Parts: sequence; structure tokens; C-alpha cells
Amino acid sequence: MLLIHCPYCEDTLPELEFTYAGEAHIARPADPSALSDDEWRDFLFIRTNARGPHYERWRHIGCGRFFNALRDTVSDRFLTTYKAGEARRPLTNEAAE
Amino acid sequence: MTNQKHQFDASPVVVEDLAPALRLSLRVKPAHRETLGRALGLDLPTRVGSRAAANGAEALCLGPDEWLIVAPEGTDLASPARAAYADAPHSLVDISDREITLRLSGPAVLDLLAACCPRNIAAMPVGAAARTVFDSATVILWRDGPTDFRMDVWRSFAPHVRSLLTQVRTEIAAGL
Repeated sequence: MLLIHCPYCEDTLPELEFTYAGEAHIARPADPSALSDDEWRDFLFIRTNARGPHYERWRHIGCGRFFNALRDTVSDRFLTTYKAGEARRPLTNEAAE
Repeated sequence: MTNQKHQFDASPVVVEDLAPALRLSLRVKPAHRETLGRALGLDLPTRVGSRAAANGAEALCLGPDEWLIVAPEGTDLASPARAAYADAPHSLVDISDREITLRLSGPAVLDLLAACCPRNIAAMPVGAAARTVFDSATVILWRDGPTDFRMDVWRSFAPHVRSLLTQVRTEIAAGL
């Protein structure tokens, strides 16, 4: 079982307490009606589908909070987790190892 | 209601129902936590999983802006909260009937919980509490002593949780 670090509980807990919630850092457009159909489609449906490190959102049942995680989709390793609203964590060599 | 406890043999785990209590779900921004805590007479803890007790009421920090307050039935916490609303906007919801509380105790209680909780319950400090999952049901586990727990279960999940508890207790009693 995966062990995931929750940045709000500051504890490393089993995967079963967490839910995956899609790709992270996708900001809703400020004025949706100004967007073309293609731009709106991209916002709604088009995702990175990364092979390797992937920024994604997770929710912890314990504290009820969404947070961001950087997970390698090949090895399923969590490289880092950080609170929602924080800037995207850079993909450093240490994190990628 | 008469609560009668039948105990025919020295069971490694005792599961019993606790009397109904007042349960309140409190959401308040961290900036207003202290003001509201003073109004309620509770020092609302800030670390997720930690508890504070005063005047028979207990507050458990469930999340950065979420608390669960448990008090004896009939306690009036709504009035002081309403009075403090202008200074500390918040949401206080009565969820007393949403859950039932089971007391789990006995020397094998950690084995019982380990059968269905993915979290390392043995590592949980005495006096702490956590919202976690029991099989697939969300429960709140309170650790009151080394082998003494309370578990708040949503009513609709209770039959499932009870059947699992009975099954695991039978297995433990049989030495499996």
C-alpha cells in the first residue's frame, strides 16, 4: 500500500484514506463567456496525461482537505506533497530520483 | 432506557453502545478561532487530531478549520456561539443524530481495529483522535487509553461496521 504524506495533518498515512482528484494547477478562466469553444473544451477535458512526474490533486478523508502532489506515474512514487494554493513545486533532481 | 451489559465470558474485546450525546460540527476561520473558543469556553486545538476538554465538553480538531464538539445532551453551546457570531463568523451544525458511538475496549482491541483500519492505530497517542476509515466507512476514532477506544460511526454504516466487529471478535476469541 502507498503511504502518502498529508501536508495538513503533517503525517504519513495509508493510501486508503486518500482520494485522487485529477490534475492540479488548472485555473478556471476568469471570464468563461469570453473563451472560444476550443479553449473551453481544452479547459474542461484536455489533460497532460504525463508519463513520469505528474502534478495532481488528492483529498484526505481525515482532514477533509484537498492538496497537491507530485507523483511519478511510472513508478507510482510520491515525490512531494504540498498545500493547495501553493506555487507549483519545481521538479528538482533530488525529487526526481 | 436500561443499559444492561451481558458478559458471559472474559472477552478479549468488549463492544458496547454509548448513550446519545450532543455532537456539533464547527467550521470557523483560523483568524476567529480564539474569539469563538473563548465564547464557548473551549480552547479549540490547532493541530489536526488533538483534543481539548472543558466543563464536560470535548473539542477535537478534524481539519485546519473544522472541529467536532461532543458534550452531554442538553448542553447549550448554540446560544454563546450565536452571541459571538458578529465577532467570529462561523458555522455550527447539530449532528447529534448522524452518528452513534461505540466503545471498544479489552486487551485485543488493537488487533480488532487493525483488521479493518489501514492506519497504524497502535502508533496513535493516548488522548488523540482521528477521522479515518474502518473498512470503507468513515469513522472517528478516539483513543482514551492504551486499550480503550471510542468510535463514532454514521448510522447508515453502523450495521456494516457491527457485522465486521462481530466477525473479527469471533475470530479473535477462536484464536485465529
